[in-house]
Amino acid sequence: MASTSQSEAIKGAKVLMVGAGGIGCELLKTLALSGFQDIHIIDMDTIEVSNLNRQFLFRQSHVGQSKAKVAREAVLKFRPRINITAYHANVKDPQFNVEFFQQFNVVLNGLDNLDARRHVNRLCLAAEVPLVESGTTGFLGQVTVHVKGQTECYECQPKPTPKTYPVCTITSTPSKFVHCIVWAKELLFAKLFGDKNQDNDLNVRHSSNNSEEGNGSSDASKDVFERSPHESSDQYARKIYDHVFGSNIVAALSNEETWKNRRRPRPIYVSDVLPEEERNGGVQSEDAMGSIPSAMESLGLKNPQEIWSLSENTRVFLEAVKLFFEKREKEIGNLTFDKDDQLAVEFVTAAANIRASSFGIPLQSLFEAKGIAGNIVHAVATTNAIIAGLIVIEAIKVLSGDSKNYRMTYCLEHPNRKMMLMPVEPFEANRSCYVCSETPLLLEVNTATTKLRDVIEKVVKSKLGMNLPLVMQGSTLIYEEGDDLDADMVANYAINLDKALTELPTPVTNGTALSVEDLQQELTCNINIKHRDEFDEEKEPDGMVLTGWSGPTTKPEKSNPSSNGESSSAAGVKRKLEEISDLNGKNKGIALEVEVNVEDDDDVSVLAEFPETNKKTRVQ
Amino acid sequence: MDGAEEELTAHQTALYDRQIRVWGVDAQKKLSKAHVLVSGLNGATVEFCKNIVLAGVGSVTLMDDRLVSEEVLGANFLIPLDEYANSNKSVAELCAQSLRNFNHMVGVSFLSGELSQMDGQFFDKFDVVVVCSFSQKDKILINEICRKRQKRIAFYTIDCRDSCGEIFTDLQNYTYMQKKGDERIERQLNYPSLEEAILIPWKDLPRKVTKLFFAMRVLEKFELLEGRKPGETSLADLPSISKLRKDLCEAQGLKESHVADSLLEKLLAAGKMEHPAVCAILGGILGQEVIKAISGKGDPLKNFFYFDAADGKGIIEDISVPSTVTA
Repeated sequence: MASTSQSEAIKGAKVLMVGAGGIGCELLKTLALSGFQDIHIIDMDTIEVSNLNRQFLFRQSHVGQSKAKVAREAVLKFRPRINITAYHANVKDPQFNVEFFQQFNVVLNGLDNLDARRHVNRLCLAAEVPLVESGTTGFLGQVTVHVKGQTECYECQPKPTPKTYPVCTITSTPSKFVHCIVWAKELLFAKLFGDKNQDNDLNVRHSSNNSEEGNGSSDASKDVFERSPHESSDQYARKIYDHVFGSNIVAALSNEETWKNRRRPRPIYVSDVLPEEERNGGVQSEDAMGSIPSAMESLGLKNPQEIWSLSENTRVFLEAVKLFFEKREKEIGNLTFDKDDQLAVEFVTAAANIRASSFGIPLQSLFEAKGIAGNIVHAVATTNAIIAGLIVIEAIKVLSGDSKNYRMTYCLEHPNRKMMLMPVEPFEANRSCYVCSETPLLLEVNTATTKLRDVIEKVVKSKLGMNLPLVMQGSTLIYEEGDDLDADMVANYAINLDKALTELPTPVTNGTALSVEDLQQELTCNINIKHRDEFDEEKEPDGMVLTGWSGPTTKPEKSNPSSNGESSSAAGVKRKLEEISDLNGKNKGIALEVEVNVEDDDDVSVLAEFPETNKKTRVQ
Repeated sequence: MDGAEEELTAHQTALYDRQIRVWGVDAQKKLSKAHVLVSGLNGATVEFCKNIVLAGVGSVTLMDDRLVSEEVLGANFLIPLDEYANSNKSVAELCAQSLRNFNHMVGVSFLSGELSQMDGQFFDKFDVVVVCSFSQKDKILINEICRKRQKRIAFYTIDCRDSCGEIFTDLQNYTYMQKKGDERIERQLNYPSLEEAILIPWKDLPRKVTKLFFAMRVLEKFELLEGRKPGETSLADLPSISKLRKDLCEAQGLKESHVADSLLEKLLAAGKMEHPAVCAILGGILGQEVIKAISGKGDPLKNFFYFDAADGKGIIEDISVPSTVTA
């Protein structure tokens, strides 16, 4: 194939692949066919049925096994003489430190989340190893090359931040189906089947409602969500239904102010929906022996594409609650929503639909609801294969020192200037990038009221993407995380976390310079603190503003909460394509429907504080 | 290829979940009724087969009577090395064995024989015919057979010469629903046959048509005149192919420099070698095109696609006689 110098470079190369999923399977195959001899592959995931339509190295019999290990075995069948080292592990594990990264000539990413991508970017910068980064979504994809000192790093351009919904939209005034899904999944499902001790807005609302209602029917200490010993699972399910879809809505309606400019929701009770004979006995579930409990199955509903009626949703809701209590009782209290948990998906679909019905929002099928609730990737094998091919082409350029010809390539759905695969020259590094330059950041914060914990969680971890941070003021250590700390240090830090910045042993005030470091990522950022008394609760819900980097991004209008597992850092696609077309002064508005989405599976779950509520912060 | 009335099974829904979110249930049902024939199993077609078997077409029939050799193994990931060693199985049979494991819902079979020798009725069993590494003469012949059948058979050629690749598409008269925003409008495309396309005078083509189109025509003509099989070339052929290029270009009213020496050299030197990354890209593009053609969803490629790893561009060229350019 390639020239002699290229094939020498390929043979002598040691490459690290991160991710053995959709892109990873294709990439490992193409690397092996291209003559690579020494490939290391990291993936923490195990194989699932919904992977099999595109992750072609896996079979039904492999479900549950390590992706990295099975992929290795599969490729060795047709290229037995090459070395493949598989790690069934998280790339963020400490074993994969800078020294580990330094042994490779190039790192190739086939990842599905922003967090891991940022982490790998930092390690590549620290280890000075070139990175080829990639992502796909449906028919769209992109490959970019990041070489320190030559091109921008993966984080030079801000990435879209997870979509958040104001709490009151979710708890009181949903207007879109996704709001109902978030409510069903994050609040109701979590309340019924998850950790009872977690702070939950259903709980908050419920107690405040009771006092507002003042009907004296229940004393404030009694929780409707507690199941009393004499209550059958069926009675319990009906009680919950009537409470969350009936009396809670009645209570909400009493707040006239809310509904002045909004359509008033309709309270729904089981008795409104189901005929008399069903109301008391409940549905007879045919027990399919040995199979996984499913409300759809017990009710004879077969087509996941079909939109259920309100009464069907009601039956599914009641049956799902019953099945959880009768068949999966041991798990109750520990469950978190999982898109691969059929019964959980059925419950969330039904609950979201009943709520949607109450608020006059169009209902959706289980298939659609599952996509929204699980932030499911739109993925096809062909795009992954194309993107993997492009990764290998760039990797070969990196290995043979052909830096003049590095390209970022976009795979488009509709041709742009005849091109389906469109290469462009890489961008230069952003001089204000806090990751690959030393430019300090500026944090505006109310130093008298903001706790160190908020700075650590909302800024250092969430915004800066650090894993195990260490915060210093001059030579004084304020905070540190890690496995090897003394117990008294840990206790000391725990005390610091709950102190306001000015109350710390070495107070952080206006003008203080903090140094924040992640030892594993070998990343250090300097943050200058500026005190400010007031923050706009709507625009600055964190009560803090971080600047100095390229500034915040807003997601394009057309965003959709369902998200991409094996997704591109797709925001970049649009921005860059617009820039490219701007260069030519024409072809504006390329017909590119980038589904810009955030990557993690739990994105939809992120709730922002509702601006008009009290100044109660969630983390206390 | 009509959409089926029956619903997908629970297993199909679970397996195809992610792609149904891309192209919808109706497209998935149409895919499961489509029959695809692939003749010539090289790196690019093996990639293509993987893609459409995963996507869940009704059946795939493979033809390639060669026995396994180093050349065959080049960019082929469907042949487990320990299995072929002591077998007399054809490439088609070995590939079919592997492909079956990719998706049990797809009927994968193999046939022996020469596709160009098959009668017209044989073709009626298929909705899509893909040929790889065929001579220009045989490509034209098979394309014509497909066009003469009563039912519409989509015809594709795919070739990878090291870092360069070409795909040709003939969907004859193809009608589909084009998405314009939220609206859907019916669109009709008229495709020329391969013979019609390559007979269009070069000087009538837009000036910016990729040079690879011309270089591939020179190369095919050379192989035809010399009685070579596709890819039976080496750098030693450069002097004679340069002369052929001069004759062809001049006859077409173009300067011989229209097709650069370096490009001809690259294609000659490639011979039968395939660049695995380029195969993945070509097989991916062809897979998407076949899925579009079967499902009637999405704008199909008309009518040539080119990729060259040297510049990284994946280009669509519409090489049609003027009357067929407009819909």
